[in-house]
Amino acid sequence: MSTILPAEFADLEPFAERWSLRTEAERYAERLSSPMNDLQAFYDAAYPRLAAAMAYLDAFDLSSLPPEATRLLWLCYSLVNVSFPIEVWHQPRVPDSGAASMDNVLAPSV
Amino acid sequence: MAHFAKPEEGSWTEHYDLGTAAVTYEDSISPEHYELEREAIFKRTWLNVGRVEEVPRAGNYFTKELDAAGTSVIVVRGGDGEVRAFHNICRHRGNKLVWNDYPREETSGTCRQFTCKYHGWRYDLEGAITFVQQEQEFFETDWSKWGLATVQCEVWLGFIWVNLDPDNTVSAKEYLGELGAGLEGYPFEDMTQVYKYRAEVGSNWKLFIDAFAEFYHAPILHANQATAEESRKLSGYGYEALAYEIDGPHSMVSSWGGMAPPKDINMVKPIEQVLESGLFGPWQRPDLPGLENLPPSVNPSQHRAWGVDSFVFFPNFMLLVWAPGWYLTYHYWPTSYNTHIFEGNLYFVPPKTASDRLRQELAAVTFKEYALQDGNTLEATQSMIETRVVTEFPLNDQEVLLRHLHRTALAYIADYEKSQLDTPVEISAPS
Repeated sequence: MSTILPAEFADLEPFAERWSLRTEAERYAERLSSPMNDLQAFYDAAYPRLAAAMAYLDAFDLSSLPPEATRLLWLCYSLVNVSFPIEVWHQPRVPDSGAASMDNVLAPSV
Repeated sequence: MAHFAKPEEGSWTEHYDLGTAAVTYEDSISPEHYELEREAIFKRTWLNVGRVEEVPRAGNYFTKELDAAGTSVIVVRGGDGEVRAFHNICRHRGNKLVWNDYPREETSGTCRQFTCKYHGWRYDLEGAITFVQQEQEFFETDWSKWGLATVQCEVWLGFIWVNLDPDNTVSAKEYLGELGAGLEGYPFEDMTQVYKYRAEVGSNWKLFIDAFAEFYHAPILHANQATAEESRKLSGYGYEALAYEIDGPHSMVSSWGGMAPPKDINMVKPIEQVLESGLFGPWQRPDLPGLENLPPSVNPSQHRAWGVDSFVFFPNFMLLVWAPGWYLTYHYWPTSYNTHIFEGNLYFVPPKTASDRLRQELAAVTFKEYALQDGNTLEATQSMIETRVVTEFPLNDQEVLLRHLHRTALAYIADYEKSQLDTPVEISAPS
C-alpha cells in the first residue's frame, strides 16, 4: 500500500485514502454514506492522535505545507466532521434533518 | 427566577411597547402578502449583498440574484476604486449581461469590461457603453445615455449595500441607525478567512430570522450538542438574554455563553477539549488591537459573561459578533412566500498555524450542525401554519425581536400602501 501521510502517522495510513479529503462536501458525503462502525473505527484511531497531529503540523508554515502534511490536515478536518456522529448524534446525519441540506460553497484553500 | 435584569417596565416587550397579545403568522403564509413585501420592503430598503473583500481590485465583480426585488445586480469595483452596482441587463434588447452557463445562477470574476453574449455590446466598469456592434445600422447618435442602469450602492464598514429604489434619499449609514453606527471600529477588515454556506429552505424568510433572533429554543432544540450533564443544567435555567436593543427597523439581542476556557473541561465535548474551540469559536481570542476596545453597540450591558451579539438589520441581514473575536453573517433571500435561500458566512482572522485553522474548522462545522437543526424545524412550522387550523400564537418576552420584526415588516407595507393612495393619479384631459 502506498503511503500518503507523514511517516510519524503511519498508524493512520489505513484511514488515509478514505478520509484525507480536500473539501467539506467530500468529507460530509463520506460521513453520511458511512455506517457508524466505520465512523467509530476512524474516530477511535484518529482522535487520540489529534494533539500530536496539531503539534506536528504547527512546525510548518501553514501557507506552504508539504503534500503529506496537507493530507494529514485534511484527515483532521474529517475527524472534526465525524466527531458529531460519534460524540453527539449517535448516527451519521443530524437527527430530524430529513431532506434539509446546507452546502459549503466557499472554504479556505488550505 | 430572573438571572439578568430587565427594564423597569418588567419586560423587554413592554419596554419597547410592542404589545403583548398573541400574534398571527398570516404575514408568512400568503402569496399576496409576499407580493406586498417585495414592493414595500425589498424594492425600497438597503440590502446587504456582500463585502468589499470580494471585489478587492478594479475589475473584480460579482452578480447577486435579488428575486424578492425582481432583479439581478452586478457589483463591480471600477478603475477609480469605487464599488458600483448596476442592473444586470444589456441596454440593447434586455439580455442578462453577466452570467455563466445558467442565467439564474450567480457568478463572479474579473474583467476589463462587460460584454453581452447576445450582440457583443460592451460596457466599461463604470457602466458606460463602449462598443455597439454595427453602430452604423442604428438610428442613435448619442450613446452616452445608453449606459447600464445604475443601482444605488454604498459601502459601510466594508459591507456593500444596494437599494433598488431610485428615489431613495437616505444613505445606507443613516438607514442603519445608531445600532449600525455603534459598530464602527470593529475590525471587520481583519477577518478575511471566510467560510460560506448556502441552503434552500422551505419556509417564509421571516421564520428563519425568527429562529435566529431568539435563543429560547437553544437549551431544548440543541440540547444534545452539549454534554448530558451540561444540557440538563441549561434546560433547567432556560434562556434569558443579557439585553435587547431596538433601533427603528433594526434590533439586536446580546447573549451570554461560550465560557472560554470552560470552568470544567468535562463540560465540553472531547473534540472541543483537544481543539479548544466550539460553537462560540476558538477559545483564544486573536491578538488584534481592534478587539481590545469594542465599539458601543457590542455587549451593550458590558456584562462579563457576554458571549455573542446578534444584530438584525432589516429586512434580511443578520450580523453575529462573537466574544472570542470573529463574526458571522446571515442573509435570507426570499424566492416565494414559503421558500427562501439562506446564506451563512463565517469570518475569522486568518490562522497562523494549522492548529488555529483546525479550531476555525470546528467552529464552522459546528455552525452547520446547529443550522441544520434550526433549518429543519422551519419547513415543519411553515407546513402547519399554512393550515390555519390555529391562527394565534403566544410569544414570550425572550421572543421580543420576533414581534418587532413582523411589526416592522407590516409597518413598511402600511406605509407603502399609504404612499400609493397619496400618489396623485394623473388624469389626462379628454382629447
